Amino acid sequence: MNEIRTVGIAGCGTMGAGIAIVAARAGFRTRIHDTRAEAIEKARTQTEAFLRKSVERGKLAPGKLPEVMAAWTGTTKLEDLADCDIVIEAVFEDLAVKHELFAQLDAVCPAHTIFASNTSTISITEIAGGSGRADRFVGMHFCLPAQLMKLVEMSPGINTTEATFETAWRFCEALGQKPVRTQDSPGFILNYFLIPFNNDAIRLVEQGVAEPADIDLAIKTALGYPMGPLELLDLVGMDTQRLLCEAMHGLTHEPRAACPPLVKRMIAAGHLGKKTGRGFHAYGDTKMFGA
Amino acid sequence: MSTYRVIHAGTSRSFPDAHPFLEGAQPDGDAFVFLGEHAGAAFIDNTPPGDAPFIAIELGTECLGEHTGESRGEEGCNIVGFARYRLGSAEPTALVELVRQPRTTPEALAAARTAFEAAGLVVAVCNDFPGRIVDRLVRPYFNAALRRLDEKLATADDLDKTLMLGLGYPEGPIALLERTGLEHHHDVTRALYDALGQEAYAPARRAQVARRRALRDAE
Repeated sequence: MNEIRTVGIAGCGTMGAGIAIVAARAGFRTRIHDTRAEAIEKARTQTEAFLRKSVERGKLAPGKLPEVMAAWTGTTKLEDLADCDIVIEAVFEDLAVKHELFAQLDAVCPAHTIFASNTSTISITEIAGGSGRADRFVGMHFCLPAQLMKLVEMSPGINTTEATFETAWRFCEALGQKPVRTQDSPGFILNYFLIPFNNDAIRLVEQGVAEPADIDLAIKTALGYPMGPLELLDLVGMDTQRLLCEAMHGLTHEPRAACPPLVKRMIAAGHLGKKTGRGFHAYGDTKMFGA
Repeated sequence: MSTYRVIHAGTSRSFPDAHPFLEGAQPDGDAFVFLGEHAGAAFIDNTPPGDAPFIAIELGTECLGEHTGESRGEEGCNIVGFARYRLGSAEPTALVELVRQPRTTPEALAAARTAFEAAGLVVAVCNDFPGRIVDRLVRPYFNAALRRLDEKLATADDLDKTLMLGLGYPEGPIALLERTGLEHHHDVTRALYDALGQEAYAPARRAQVARRRALRDAE
């Protein structure tokens, strides 16, 4: 397996843009693809703004900013990922969409290119099955926001070779991230535990066990968690929680993963969380992730 | 702030050692705090006057209604339940879960809260449900972590590391349970399973093993 020098990111949403920052910042030639030119332009602007803030905060040497931006290239042409040693997919959580993307990538990328998926819920083996190279396919689930969070859940599919997994693992470490190995299982580790836990907190509100403020205060004080589950849900957003529940419950059929009715009522009422100024708590501003 | 007296009735999980809350008690205090594993029985044997600012009964895994009685969802007066949150053999935390009933008076609730907060404790109020807030939330999560460890989702270290890195938890569930006693987790989640009848609270295999081993060692 060749050394990884050039990294492709497919999908220029929040996750894709964040992963591209991580790769470019770590010194890799980074090509980020999206069919929407405006999404790429937005990501370029946000990346520069993020890096400038990193310089202001002393997290990045001033001279590094132009270097990182020089390593960062946006493109609307999938063929521009042809010289990538690894391509990380970060598109919509839909198996058919991912299969179509990987089929196109398989046609343009050389045989040595490793394919990776940032999926948070879909089976790596299932995605790999439509990639044309199931043996050179790994799961690399970054956490939101990728440019700040170090954790990457790495999963081999059933057909992934150990050499591929090892190369991807070393690449992940070279990114400055902290990989953990997990089975190819719905939600991997983080979402498997987090989605039902947050649902349980919602059910405490539904059932009148306690008020949201008391639930968050209790969990933070008793367990030392930095954020209460309902505060975290307000950041995640009820609309996103509903999608996560539908994906997880659809795969596991575990009762705790099922979307609580209160989430649907809050969405109908426009109480999506911090982004709408009201969720389980009320907010004076709607800024996300300290942006 | 109301003065309070403490009535000791066995070993207290909330206050096993000296604490400003105990030091703040007065022999002739107006409010009553029943402390210890037999707090509920002591309250029934020595029910204080109905005009006390508050009466607080330390709870284990039981509901406050077991001691006060319940009727038509209209129960509640100047009596509250409480427990300082504590995982197994770990020291008690600063959290006091203060339990109210539907008709608990706001004055009694406020007076009890003030007494605990004056001793540096953090008060979260909840209604009278099994497991109150924290155990109700964390026991299914702990059981799931133990079950998924058995199923080799990841190693114990990677499970813990993921939840610490991903969510900023100070300690992962496996290390936390092993440090504080899996057999204690068994006892609490077993009580919740009996009370709620939900599978998520059924003690995980590793917790059952730890409880049986602890019983065997005690013989």
